[in-house]
Amino acid sequence: MVIEKIIYKKPESLTDCNFTYCSGCGHSTVHKLIAELVDELGIREKTIAVAPVGCAVFAYDFWNFDVSEAPHGRTPVVATAIKRIHPDNVVFSYQGDGDLVSIGLAEIMHTANRGENISVIFINNTNYGMTGGQMAPTTLLNQVTTTSPMGRNSKNYGYPIKMIELLVSLQGVKYLERVKITSPASILKAKKAIKKAFLNQINGTGFSMVEVLSACPESWKKTPREAIKWIDEEVSAYYPVGKIKDIE
Amino acid sequence: MLGKTIKMPQETVFIKGNHAIVEAAIDAGCRFYAGYPITPQNEIPEYMSKRMPEAGGTFIQAESELISINLVFGAGAAGARAMTTSSSPGISLMQEGISYMAGCEVPGVIVNIQRGGPGLGNIAPSQSDYYQAVKPGHGDFHSIVLAPHNIQEMYDYTVKAFDLADKYRIPVIVLSDGLLGQLMENITLKKDQETEYLDMPKDWALTGAKGRDGQRILSLLMRPGALEKHNEHLREKHRTICDNEIQYECFSIDDDIDCLIVAFGTVARISKGVINIAKDMRIGLFRPITLWPFPYMKINELSKRVKKVFVFEMNYGQMLDDVKIAVENSDKIEFYGRTGGGIPTQEELYQFIKARTKGRGY
Repeated sequence: MVIEKIIYKKPESLTDCNFTYCSGCGHSTVHKLIAELVDELGIREKTIAVAPVGCAVFAYDFWNFDVSEAPHGRTPVVATAIKRIHPDNVVFSYQGDGDLVSIGLAEIMHTANRGENISVIFINNTNYGMTGGQMAPTTLLNQVTTTSPMGRNSKNYGYPIKMIELLVSLQGVKYLERVKITSPASILKAKKAIKKAFLNQINGTGFSMVEVLSACPESWKKTPREAIKWIDEEVSAYYPVGKIKDIE
Repeated sequence: MLGKTIKMPQETVFIKGNHAIVEAAIDAGCRFYAGYPITPQNEIPEYMSKRMPEAGGTFIQAESELISINLVFGAGAAGARAMTTSSSPGISLMQEGISYMAGCEVPGVIVNIQRGGPGLGNIAPSQSDYYQAVKPGHGDFHSIVLAPHNIQEMYDYTVKAFDLADKYRIPVIVLSDGLLGQLMENITLKKDQETEYLDMPKDWALTGAKGRDGQRILSLLMRPGALEKHNEHLREKHRTICDNEIQYECFSIDDDIDCLIVAFGTVARISKGVINIAKDMRIGLFRPITLWPFPYMKINELSKRVKKVFVFEMNYGQMLDDVKIAVENSDKIEFYGRTGGGIPTQEELYQFIKARTKGRGY
């Protein structure tokens, strides 16, 4: 007789709604990692997320904990206020690169500089996915997008912003790590980094941000497999993965 | 973390308008404030940075008005009574956030100590943000707009703004100006006044999904028909507000008046002086206190009893549009406005009335 044992199930922190992201998109992976972590840390009933404007605006359809919308780029500001009102809750903002690096640059810099005790999950897929693949401040040089059809050139559009390296000098910032999700091993590393960002908040350490290099095969005009290869070879060459800052 | 009103005996103080706003917020149970420096409202964040921590609340000096309004959005979404203040150019930056608050039905209070515009304008008093206050942001919605005309009302209507915001889950704008912000008067602080909605349950607020599924604060409604349904719900709410919350003052209005002045805020104050010196004329003042909802019906009724309706504003005729909607025979309407920080004197307004009525007062 075979005894069946449940060794894996859908996290309680995910709703029954199927992910609606494109094939190979990194959002589904990171959403699931977060839901698993919220379950593992036993914080579903005290977690409040703030979703960005961009593809992940629909995060509230998939997570079964409290979620607020925010105007484009104001995501960490809304998270700041929620955390100040409910300091015992776990509050995180989830933002893409258009939201965080472009329209919300002032917001993330000042949230970080104030050392707000929140966690920021920053999804960098080097373009505006939601609106059809326009150039972002994070778009790599020579990368073709719908608004840089000849490839991004530095003469007109400057250089891709390395957000973590920009934040590193701020004293209010306690933890910065860049991860990728291109293999089972790197996904586990990403999960560990996000867990640390949550634990830092729970322990009162202060502002923590994890940047996830994430695939956008649809806009990149690549297959999911090609997209992962491009992250491993090109994107992570410009945006090196690893722990950049960690102050206990 | 929601604030509680501490009941204290009534207290009379000699206080500046901007400071009265602060005391009102604290007394109304506001425990979250965010603001950015701009003249002529700087006394509010300055005084608040002392008073709010004393009251056990959160004060944040925001790095822009965009950040101010979105902090208020977040605090409101978390269930707190929250406020921001600014002056005209800063309020322009807040239009995005006000629209999101309306769409998400997040309550909050926004005080505008108006200055001259457009652009950077000047720092003198003005009423030129009337349009922006009564028709703010993008999308189909209204904010409640309250227009005080003395320092007691700066206090009273700021307290009331918090109740209205919570009662209807709506952003409420207190539309004042640099004159009222800087003016000092004796007022009575009513520490336990009208806070009937302070402790109303906010089961919609984000507090963590304790014993329940996660809930959402959102305005993005993509499914076919969903946004139209939501906006219809907002419209029903607006209708309820129009039915229940219109406020105005009738000053010196009796059966014998020939002329009606319609003015709000600072200009209504000056108009009372006009009536006091115009002993040779029979003039009454109608002062809208809620600019939205606007008292169209009352103005319509009064306008039928007079020969002339004078509209006085510190702008080039913004409330004038609403008065024109209210008055059936717009030939009766005479408008006088000063702009760019100009403040009409009572003598100036009195002479205008005389000129337009051939000295007869009608």
